[in-house]
Amino acid sequence: MSGSGLTRRRALGAAAITLSATALATVASAASRPDRGEHDAARHGGGPQQFDEIFKGRRIKGKPHGGSHHHGVGYAVFVDGKELHVMQNADGSWISVVNHYETFSTPRAVARAAVLELQGAALVPLARA
Amino acid sequence: MTVRKNQANLSATEKRRFVDALLELKRSGRYDTFVTTHNGFIMSDTDSGSRVGHRSPSFLPWHRRFLIEFEQALQSVDPSVALPYWDWTADRTTASSLWAADFMGGTGRARDGQVLDGPFAFGAGNWPVNIRVDGRTYLRRALGSGGRPLPTRAETDSVLAMATYDMPPWNSASDGFRNHLEGWRGVNLHNRIHIWVGGQMATGVSPNDPVFWLHHAFVDKLWSDWQARHPGAAYLPAAGTPNVVDLRGTMRPWNDVTPADLLDHTAHYTFDSAA
Repeated sequence: MSGSGLTRRRALGAAAITLSATALATVASAASRPDRGEHDAARHGGGPQQFDEIFKGRRIKGKPHGGSHHHGVGYAVFVDGKELHVMQNADGSWISVVNHYETFSTPRAVARAAVLELQGAALVPLARA
Repeated sequence: MTVRKNQANLSATEKRRFVDALLELKRSGRYDTFVTTHNGFIMSDTDSGSRVGHRSPSFLPWHRRFLIEFEQALQSVDPSVALPYWDWTADRTTASSLWAADFMGGTGRARDGQVLDGPFAFGAGNWPVNIRVDGRTYLRRALGSGGRPLPTRAETDSVLAMATYDMPPWNSASDGFRNHLEGWRGVNLHNRIHIWVGGQMATGVSPNDPVFWLHHAFVDKLWSDWQARHPGAAYLPAAGTPNVVDLRGTMRPWNDVTPADLLDHTAHYTFDSAA
């Protein structure tokens, strides 16, 4: 799973300075993941879509969310009801607290990567600085 | 004077004293305060808001100060100890002495990623993972499992050749030396090592793995090497930049130190060799 973000990053090259429609379209066209529809949704406005699915036996959900502690991301991700801290990069890619040095194309992709990393373990709340 | 050495050249005694000092900091509770601090910054540093420890120009001076503080804590336990560095362009395999049972211990087992040998294996009883993002209390690794090898010397040299320290927008989208070394852009140096090690090293609580310090000591050395190659190049930005620590801006959490104060590492330590 770790190679995809890097491949996409190379593909992005110098174009992805800002979270622009062009950058998102580049992400979508370069991504090999089956979630590029989310990019299309984002490109046509409103940010990433909601999702709610069972992945490898874990329920992962993502939805728009208010509140300042999400860094203005305006989006929250949950694994079995526990919040997964996520963050969006300037190029539109996503990371989470359990994959913090590797970028993923969508909140759903970062949630799935977290499920693989957790190997069945439950998330625990973590005090914020 | 503190001399930071390549971990590959440490004597058996130096390794033992370093490990023992780590274990004592862990036992006393001081170690975990460093994990907490790092995770607090990694969760609050954002590309569009205030950013100090990561994804910003102060990534390098912030970690330099963080490592100095940690090294001083080690030296309060054993004054002979200095932070070693891991040159991951040279010691690139899981067979490196870095991962032997007398030093960091090896990779994790397939079933749950648990490290089973060395001083930091959960079974040894001295290294509970207390500051964590999930329920697992044991040190985990998956060395090299991500599929992408560690950076080569040539890749690292290509980043050291970049003459500009950092550039607008001063975040993970920037061109220039800092962001290429950090790895959000380009060949990816620093970030890639975290992913290559796996386990807690790939997470926001990465200092739970003692190899964190050896990795960052080498990233810090690369900053020094870059300065030697580009003596006329300065830390940027100079002044007046929102959300970003300028040359003479104070850095949280210390609030009494600026990037300008940290440009010359020789006030605090030297390295065993230049680049």
